[in-house]
Amino acid sequence: MSDEALIVLENVNKYFGPLHVLDDVNLSVARGEVVVVIGPSGSGKSTLCRAINRLEPINSGTITFDGRPLPAEGRALARLRSEVGMVFQSFNLFAHKTILQNVMLGPIKVRKEKSVEVRERAMALLDRVGIGNQAEKYPAQLSGGQQQRVAIARALAMQPKALLFDEPTSALDPEMVGEVLDVMTSLAREGMTMVVVTHEMGFARHAANRVVFMADGQLVEQAPPAEFFANPKSDRAKDFLSKILTH
Amino acid sequence: MDVFSDSYNLDVYVTGFLWILKLTAAGTVGALVIGTLLAAMRVSPVPVLRAFGTAWVNIFRNTPLTLIIFFCYFGLYSTLGVTLSDDLELNNYWLGVVGLSVYTAAFVCEAIRSGINTVPAGQAEAARAIGMTFRQTLTMIVLPQAGRAVVAPLGSILIALCKNATIVGTIGLMESSNAMKDLINSNGDKVFTIFFIFAGTFAIVLIPTGYGFGWLANRLAVKR
Repeated sequence: MSDEALIVLENVNKYFGPLHVLDDVNLSVARGEVVVVIGPSGSGKSTLCRAINRLEPINSGTITFDGRPLPAEGRALARLRSEVGMVFQSFNLFAHKTILQNVMLGPIKVRKEKSVEVRERAMALLDRVGIGNQAEKYPAQLSGGQQQRVAIARALAMQPKALLFDEPTSALDPEMVGEVLDVMTSLAREGMTMVVVTHEMGFARHAANRVVFMADGQLVEQAPPAEFFANPKSDRAKDFLSKILTH
Repeated sequence: MDVFSDSYNLDVYVTGFLWILKLTAAGTVGALVIGTLLAAMRVSPVPVLRAFGTAWVNIFRNTPLTLIIFFCYFGLYSTLGVTLSDDLELNNYWLGVVGLSVYTAAFVCEAIRSGINTVPAGQAEAARAIGMTFRQTLTMIVLPQAGRAVVAPLGSILIALCKNATIVGTIGLMESSNAMKDLINSNGDKVFTIFFIFAGTFAIVLIPTGYGFGWLANRLAVKR
């Protein structure tokens, strides 16, 4: 992890009608840093994550990625998105494409890379996430955990500068959560810049460099995981942790 | 049946259905191309394109096809002088194809648009997230899935197109309904035979077509 900031959010505000979902959010993520965003439902965590690649446009404030402000639309925005991988809660694998095609599509169509080279890289990535032998299947033939690992491979195939995870394990059966978190943990160890919205406190504890706690659209507290879980400073964070860590 | 053993009569019958076949083939291509473009317009972020698509659908879907075919002949050809072929018969054929295409495209557009609604929003989001442009997202991710979802209704639309092709007879093309009229005029005692042969020919071709589309719809369905 370096000191150089890769993702910077400054005074970001976002409204859904009268609802203030992002309330003057300031956040800086360094290159190689793993930031885990936690907080109660409806606190704006997902919106924050989606704002970083502009799947959610913001109302005011600035977001810069790798030193450049986010383009508003068009090809410039598409190019930025190709540098920021995203993993969704509901996997969103392309349902009409095979697993291998899912992973190869971005590099070939967006980056215009050669199919032969991409295939090699895609197979290596699928092997890495443990699905190499399912490459010719369709998403619906795979379990949720397998699909999510493919989604991670698809994001990695673009060789992104950062990865965004929007509750990647929330739609999974409990026994499949581990296999996805294992992949994420190994990425974190290798120095991938990651912003992870999750309810997996175990992952936050052992893989995060920093935990960010959000509530009511505000970024309430941020600290290294050991410090945050041992001594939360704000009442809202204490309240939240007391509710989830008692079981 | 002896009506059709006469070689002239048989020729009228065969030629009539060949015209229907050609009208259906060209009309299908035209309607699918225009209809897909219209559907793309109707979901595009550009208001002018959306308005154009909406206007097209509202105008052509709610105008009787006979009027549209008449307009192609009397409006486009007779008044505006739009000539699509130097051969009079071919000219009528192409005018008919234009009319059938623009009319059927409105229905194709709406079928595809409803298909687009069956594609989960996450599919387009995932496409945008890997850096696809609006156009790539639409043509590579959304439309292929939307198209597969509407194979069965598209089949119904194309079957209707095939039968609607008989309306091109109103501008003088000797397609099957004109051929039938011709044969009935000269064989007044064989009305039922002639009618059932013509109607039966449509049924024999279109019933399997319908099942074919049903089979295709199942085969192409996107598993989620």
